[in-house]
This record gives sequence, structure tokens and C-alpha cells, in this order.
Amino acid sequence: MKKTISGLTRPLRSGRDYQSRIEQVQSPTKMLAIPIASILFASIITTLPVITTQAILPPFGLMFLLSWRLMRPRLLPIWAGLPFGMFDDVFSGQPFGSAALIWSLAMLSIELLDARAVWRDYWQDWLIAAILVILALCAGNFFVGLAFTRPEVATLLPQMILSILVFPLVVRTVARLDRWRLKP
Amino acid sequence: MVPPTNRRPGFSRKAQYSLFATYVLAIAGSVFAALLLILSIVDPAGFGALRMIGTEITAPAARFFSSVRQTATDIGSNTSAYLDAASKNAALNTEVQANRRKIIEAKAIALENKRLRQLLDLKITEADHIAIGRLISSSASSSRRLATLSIGSNMGVLKGQPVRSPNGLIGRIIETGPTTSRVLLISDANSPVPVMRSTDGVAASGEGLANGMVAVRPVNLGINPFKVGDIIVTSGNGGLFHPNIPYARVVRVTSDGALARPLSDPATAPYVMVLPIYEAPATALLATPEAAPAVKDGEP
Repeated sequence: MKKTISGLTRPLRSGRDYQSRIEQVQSPTKMLAIPIASILFASIITTLPVITTQAILPPFGLMFLLSWRLMRPRLLPIWAGLPFGMFDDVFSGQPFGSAALIWSLAMLSIELLDARAVWRDYWQDWLIAAILVILALCAGNFFVGLAFTRPEVATLLPQMILSILVFPLVVRTVARLDRWRLKP
Repeated sequence: MVPPTNRRPGFSRKAQYSLFATYVLAIAGSVFAALLLILSIVDPAGFGALRMIGTEITAPAARFFSSVRQTATDIGSNTSAYLDAASKNAALNTEVQANRRKIIEAKAIALENKRLRQLLDLKITEADHIAIGRLISSSASSSRRLATLSIGSNMGVLKGQPVRSPNGLIGRIIETGPTTSRVLLISDANSPVPVMRSTDGVAASGEGLANGMVAVRPVNLGINPFKVGDIIVTSGNGGLFHPNIPYARVVRVTSDGALARPLSDPATAPYVMVLPIYEAPATALLATPEAAPAVKDGEP
């Protein structure tokens, strides 16, 4: 944003800056690869040497998927939750198929919401993501309980709170990636 | 902000059908995922190969960042060590004097212990480690408490072997790959350990709570002998874990036992040791993974 003398801000780039022009062609590969790569990368974050005695790291893969879906509704197909979820399952330590199911249902539920909602903005997106992340963590805990001993739901509280607070940061990151993606 | 886009693709039949197909695909995908989940709940060890491939691929990066983190921690502690060097030196000198006396006593006790064992004709494998590795990552976003160890079957690590750090018990191996393996931490809710109080050997069983703490329940129900500050060690019952590995320290007494904090923090342990299974009969029973928890619950 560029500051004008009146103190009002106007966008630094006009809409035209995100269109193909002569000598400056948008790359279709880049436009698709950046969202996919960012979600996959977010799923692998859990393999970094963050060693914790309780579940505390937010489910970044799911949060990136939700951010992209809420920001660019037609970018990812509705079934995208399945492949991304299966990839996440390889690294997360949950029973295999848990994230695949939860993420698929999350994508479908946003689709249902969009069919009914007339209008949504940043705050509604945050609310939708918060509810979906809470439900996803509870469901993940439940699925662990089906295969092994179920930990108390209360142990998820710090992770839930952290996830909700970190979500705006994820949205900012996705917005920045989106700008890079569309720039010719 | 922009309202959600109109999802009606126009009058084109082709566009309408392809939109409908994505819905069908999404619902079919959910059903497929549910089937995968049922499979992995019925057989938790299944898909283990897939998980190990994922861990093996990301292990080099995790190893690199882990050593970076270790170096950073070392720099911090080295710098702070210089700040109060003189007073610390004096304190350490007195401590060394005291420890020297204790070592002599301990040597005598160890000798006596060995002699008594020979008298009883006990044949127990010595607690010699199989391999030494580093914890390079953990399942930080999942309810399950798993960590990745930097060594695997290349160093002779096998499923079921206990893992400890210099400070105490870390957990046990549940999956092994060529160069990495997965450790089920003692703070996992599915990780029971037969334990006892270090001072008088009151038998109990420890179990993770998935929030960094463990619950210790005495075997003799009805009497709750624990006090805050009690040190809990492994008892060696069941034959999986060696006896006298430090386990946890009691921080709160509850109605049916005690709440304890593990003595070894996997996040700060620089190195961990993989130990052999304590007694051979347990090794035979461990061939079936489902039998493992039942064996470890072994009570007198």
C-alpha cells in the first residue's frame, strides 16, 4: 500500500498487474504449483525437530488447505481433501486415513456453506476455519481412540487455541503466496 | 469483500456434468478415506511401511535441523557457563569431593550385589545398550505421542526395544525403517510401564496421559502410598524394561494414585540409548505386537 498525501491508502498494484500482458505471461504451472506445494510443505512441518511431550503444533496442512479454499473458492477441486489428507497421514502419526476423511468432509462442508451463504469476509472465514479446525482435532482424537487408548479431549485445548490464533498468520502467508502466484 | 462465486456453470451441459462429477468424486473420496481409516484401525501396524518411507525421505532435513538446534543450544549453555565460572568452580569442587566418597561406597555395593546375584544364580542380560541415536522429530500435531529416532535396523534396532536417555526412560520402539525408527513415548496414552517407588519398591503401573504427564497407579488398590516428590523407577516386571531406569517424579497425589512428571524430557535429551529387551521370554511374546501391552502389565 502506498501512502498518499491525504493519508488514505490506495493499492500499490492495479488489477491489471495480475493479468498476462505482452512479454509478461502468467505461468499456469506456477499458478497451480504454488498452492499445492504450500499445502504439502505445511503437512511436512511436523517432521521438523520440534519435539513436544503433548500435541501443541497446529495442524498447518489443514489450515493452509482451508485458507486456499476460503480465499480462492474454485482453485482446488472439491475432492482435493483426499489426496492432501493422505499425504498428511503419512507424516502426522495419526491412524492412516484419518486426515483423508476429515479433510474431505471439511472441503464438502465449506462447499455446503458457500451454497447457502450470501456473503462472507475475513471474520466469517476465521470463524469457519476455527470451527472446522476444532472439529478436525476432536475427530482426530476420536479416531486415535478407536485404534488405541483415547487421550483426554482436554489435552487438545492448547493446540486448539494456538491454531485459532495462528490462523490469521496462515491467511497472510497464503495471500502473499497468491500474489506471487498471479504475478506474471 | 467479494461474495462467493456463483457456482452455476451456465447452460453448457458439459460444464454442468463436470461440476456434478466433482461432487460425486468428493463423496466417493470420503467413503474411500473412511475405508482406509477402518483398515488402519483394525490393523494399526498396517500402512507402517508407507509411514516409514515418509520418515526416511524427510530424515536428512530433520537430521540437519536437529544438529543445528543442538549447536544453538550448546552455544547458549557454553556462553552462560562463562558468566559465573568462579563460583561454579568452587561449588563443583566440593561436589566432586563428596561424589568421590559416594563412588567408593557404590563400588562396594555393586560388588556385593554381584556376589549375591551369583549366589541366587540369576541370569539377567546386562543393561548394555545396542545403539545410540538422536530423536530428530516428533508427532507434534497429533494426539499420539511418537518420536522419530535417527537410527534404524542398520544399527540393529528392533521392534519392542526400550529407549532411554541419560536422565531416564523415553519409550519403546514400535516401527523400524532402514535408517530411522519410531519411538512410542512414555507420555502416550497407550504406553503402560510397570514401575515401583525407588525407596521401598511399592509396585505400580505407569501410563501416559498425552499431555506430558504420566499417571502412576499402585498395584495394591485401596492404599495410596505416594507422596509428592517420590521418584518412580521401572520395576522390570514383565521383562521388557530393565529395572531401576528413572521414570518420573510425583507432582500431585490423586484419589487412585499419583500424577507424575517424566524425568527425561525427549525435547532436551541430546542422545538416547536403545537397550535390549530385559528378559528373553518377553522377546518371544513380542513377536505378536498385540501381546506387548498385556505382557508389560505383568503384576506379581
